[in-house]
Amino acid sequence: MDNAIIIKNLNKSFKDLKVLEGLNLEVERGSVLALLGPNGAGKTTTIRILSTLLLPDSGEAVVNGHNVVKNADAVRASIGLTGQYAAVDEYLTGFENLEMMGRLYHLSKANAKARAQELLGQFDLAEAGSRAVKNYSGGMRRRLDLAASLIATPPVVFLDEPTTGLDPRSRMAMWEIIKKLVEENVTILLTTQYMEEADNLADQIAVIDNGKIIAKGTSDELKNKVGKERLELTIKMESSFAKALEAVDGELLYQDEHQRTINVSTEGSVGQIKRILDRLEQAGVGVETLSMHKPTLDDVFLKLTGHKAEAEEKQL
Amino acid sequence: MIKTAQHSKTVWMFIDSWVLIKRSLLHIVKNRDQILGLTIQPVMFMLLFRYVFGGAIGTGGVSYVNFLVAGILIQSVAFGSLTTSLMVATDLQRGIIDRLKSMPIFSIAVVSGHVVGDLVRNLIQSVIMIGVGLLVGFRPEASVTDWFLIAGIVLLFTYAMSWVAAIMGLLAKTPEAVQWMGFFVIFPLTFASAAFVPTQTMVKGLRIFAENQPVTHVIEAVRALMIGTPVGNHAWIAVAWCIGIAVVAIPVAGYLFRKHSGR
Repeated sequence: MDNAIIIKNLNKSFKDLKVLEGLNLEVERGSVLALLGPNGAGKTTTIRILSTLLLPDSGEAVVNGHNVVKNADAVRASIGLTGQYAAVDEYLTGFENLEMMGRLYHLSKANAKARAQELLGQFDLAEAGSRAVKNYSGGMRRRLDLAASLIATPPVVFLDEPTTGLDPRSRMAMWEIIKKLVEENVTILLTTQYMEEADNLADQIAVIDNGKIIAKGTSDELKNKVGKERLELTIKMESSFAKALEAVDGELLYQDEHQRTINVSTEGSVGQIKRILDRLEQAGVGVETLSMHKPTLDDVFLKLTGHKAEAEEKQL
Repeated sequence: MIKTAQHSKTVWMFIDSWVLIKRSLLHIVKNRDQILGLTIQPVMFMLLFRYVFGGAIGTGGVSYVNFLVAGILIQSVAFGSLTTSLMVATDLQRGIIDRLKSMPIFSIAVVSGHVVGDLVRNLIQSVIMIGVGLLVGFRPEASVTDWFLIAGIVLLFTYAMSWVAAIMGLLAKTPEAVQWMGFFVIFPLTFASAAFVPTQTMVKGLRIFAENQPVTHVIEAVRALMIGTPVGNHAWIAVAWCIGIAVVAIPVAGYLFRKHSGR
């Protein structure tokens, strides 16, 4: 299999803080891999090492066939990087920004101009192209930023939380653009805290927590880990909550004592659900409501890590 | 991949530098607040010292306004160099430096681009300052050659200070931190100098510092060239200081630029 990105046993610490602890990951050429994890899991550090901005303490990383430590310049010539902030010049126009980036990617003057115009069109910025970036909205800046990293049509693109902080409409627009990229056979490694984003864009999802990959697979494969159907039960009395937990032990996914809800993974069969309800009844636990849900990546994340991925995000 | 133009590595170094210099020069045109911000304050200072404090300051045989212009010019140029700090810190904060470092280019050219921007900005600012000086009674006696020498010293001084400013920008990491860092360094250097008053009136410790620090030599050299008094050793000492500062500051800035983020 032809892998555009290969990471072997990557380690990185900042002083006493271990950020990456033996990270292993491969991304097939022409595919999209989403690195999914909470803040501080090591997503950005991984991207920074892969884009030659940071040296790993140990381990190996190869991008487009080049080692990121020994052959940094060759890696740099193969990648486009879009960071968490729109790294564009406020005072220049959109066109001037792209033209400048084109020149820096060593396109000829004519090519840089043509490519800038072409990308502005593709990214729905044609009209805004002659305005200074300081008048752009957040979504426009991010699109321009992405366009800048694609000027030289790199075979490998890193997108570090490409939609964090965007409103839903801008996020959808960004997704459409990223989907188009994939059609052009570019390898994309994107990081995200949003389950929905990973689900929508990625061929493969790698779940990262505390500097390690704890699961990898397609969205469906990961969802199967938590069973086919998730049963959500609301318990009548708070006093019987502990008893209820005991009764469903084994298939428990997560609970919320405050809301008096218990989530259980099931095969979705009537028999299994009946057994669970019978056990609860025997234990003298009253059930108020019952509902079935398709598992989401949130469920996967909770199951794998025991904590929510988007917790910090939601507080914002 | 899109075909890139073919040049040798050295040629690319110059092209990268030029592209980034052009960016900094565009800022001068596009960000008018920048040059206004840099000019209004020294013009106010000039008026303040000329009309409010000036009468109380004895400058021997030289009229105060003739004494003042060189001092306030060099002070405004020194503060002007801080634009590099601000721009470098902003580029760091916005991820522009990260982006450039992830590209196969001569990325430190982003810093030298800002330094060149300072040279042009300070030259414009100097012309404005001298113009205002002429309006409030400044009567220089410099010949054309003298003016070229003055321009040379001002540019060399700007160049050295801008690289020091680049170091501050790389250390500060945020535009806010640059504000106090720049003030902390430039304020004492320009006020504890011969910019506004003759150093003879200062207390001994301060006077020794004021008479021997680089900014005073730069000011004395420019002042002497402007009003036709003997330049003495000031010009040579000023040039030596500027070259010395640049020779130290450039590699330090380069080191910090590469070192940044651990590479």
